[in-house]
Amino acid sequence: MLEVRGVETYYGNIPALREISIDVPGGNVIAIIGANGAGKTTLMKTIAGVLRPRSGTVSFLGEEITGLPSHKIVRRGVALVPEGRAILSRMTVRENLEMGAFTRRDAKKALLDMDRVMERFPVLKERAGQLGGSLSGGEQQMLAIARALMSAPKLLLLDEPTLGLAPLVVADIFAIIREINAAGTTILLVEQNVKQAMKVSSYTYVLETGKIALSGPSNELLQEPRIKASYLGQA
Amino acid sequence: MFLDQLINGITLGGIYAIVALGYTLVFGVLDIINMAHGEIFMFGAFAGMLIVSKAGAPLPVAFLGAIAVTAAMGLLLERFALRPLRGRPGASHLASLISTIGVSILLENVAHKLFGAGNHLFETPFAEISFTVGPVTIYLVQLLILLISLLLMAGLALWLSRTRAGKALRATAENLETAGLLGVDTNRMITATVVIASAMGGVAGVLVGMAFNYINNQIGLSMGLKGLAIIIFGGMGSVYGAMAGGLILGLSETFVVAYGSSGYRDAIAFVAIIVILLVKPRGLFGQAPAEARR
Ligand SMILES: Nc1ncnc2c1ncn2[C@@H]1O[C@H](COP(=O)(O)OP(=O)(O)OP(=O)(O)O)[C@@H](O)[C@H]1O
Ligand SMILES: [Mg+2]
Repeated sequence: MLEVRGVETYYGNIPALREISIDVPGGNVIAIIGANGAGKTTLMKTIAGVLRPRSGTVSFLGEEITGLPSHKIVRRGVALVPEGRAILSRMTVRENLEMGAFTRRDAKKALLDMDRVMERFPVLKERAGQLGGSLSGGEQQMLAIARALMSAPKLLLLDEPTLGLAPLVVADIFAIIREINAAGTTILLVEQNVKQAMKVSSYTYVLETGKIALSGPSNELLQEPRIKASYLGQA
Repeated sequence: MFLDQLINGITLGGIYAIVALGYTLVFGVLDIINMAHGEIFMFGAFAGMLIVSKAGAPLPVAFLGAIAVTAAMGLLLERFALRPLRGRPGASHLASLISTIGVSILLENVAHKLFGAGNHLFETPFAEISFTVGPVTIYLVQLLILLISLLLMAGLALWLSRTRAGKALRATAENLETAGLLGVDTNRMITATVVIASAMGGVAGVLVGMAFNYINNQIGLSMGLKGLAIIIFGGMGSVYGAMAGGLILGLSETFVVAYGSSGYRDAIAFVAIIVILLVKPRGLFGQAPAEARR
């Protein structure tokens, strides 16, 4: 579904991604793990069109989308839930969700989806009229995911959705990820909760200083000594 | 006497609010003060003057003409003075600010060349028509100014809060990157904002002509400074702050002139800024800066 080939992204003259190639087959959850500063966010932003790669290609559903602006990429069915959530804090919860459906032409179906999303996330229904900025961190993350779902994406990019959340909420988010995937949406997940990310995904890429250091089926990588030592805190 | 002054003050305040809205909308999406807005406003006034006084056409035509001229100026300003600087690595907001200062100097000189330095009569056919209700005398012109500025403000507020495009504008103003990720073509949104803001300046230009009956090539500067004062006072980027600030300034100026001395009139705006900034540093309706603004 998504193919990234030899992508290099720079900040000024400093390379942040070097020769990155990944595949996200339709229907799967694919995980990307890596230390702080490895380039995970840079990769997600490059796929979503926020950053332009200096070289390499990104293709989605067989068509090249390299260098397209983000507002065109979301129209093709790729939605990014950015790191730090990026809630519109001066707009209400409902308005945030409406903005999630901004690209949709089928207004009636979007309204139905709004109801469905509110059913799935009762907190958001309760707080529909409240400003986005007044929500707690966990609620904001729910809103960010719900907002991305409002665009009815084929591929959902999640950049550290559990960052800074309490363990119970983290478990909640992983349950939601499974649910979204079971409902037919492909997911590319960046996570620092390595173990859970590998459990929910079929394939994992390990990013180190802008390069893919390791990759493989998640259940196999879980047994890999290097992974155990560096990412799972086991000797 | 008091009621008369109240009406005068609200009328003036309505015009100020429309001018200030032009600044605040652009500030919202671009984080810069459009220093050329006062001059664009002035061209709106001149366009209206030419249509009403020189061509003798009716007032609605003057509004349409002023809107057309200033909207086109906004489009050119965004396309040639702002967009080339946007998103360039190393180009700070200061670059766009200075760019608008350049445009304002250019426009001032063009206006001087075209219209000279003197006053131009802005004739409204019904300038003398007034109604007397009890102790109060209201001029039809005042009523019209009031009506137009209120409609414009209400329309803008509704558009921003209810429509898809208005919400997209607010999203763009809060966070450019997020708006883009949600599917908003932020470049188009910014262009639209500068065009709308400029057209509002054009409307304000005609309103000033109607209110004072004459215009000259200095009104851009003086009105521009007041608009700036209002948005600092009301809170940068705040739509309601611009409306409230405009009305407050209009009323206080009118009352100071009526009950105090006209010499202090132009000082009020700046005294008000100093006071409000001491008490509320972000302005009356100021918002904390949104996180992760580009
Ligand atoms: N806007 C920027 N300008 C310059 N350098 C940047 C910028 N954003 C990120 N970088 C650098 O690029 C590299 C990769 O950053 P990135 O944010 O992609 O890492 P990450 O894997 O998402 O880290 P984290 O786990 O902390 O979110 C880092 O060295 C970072 O310092
Ligand atoms: Mg990151």
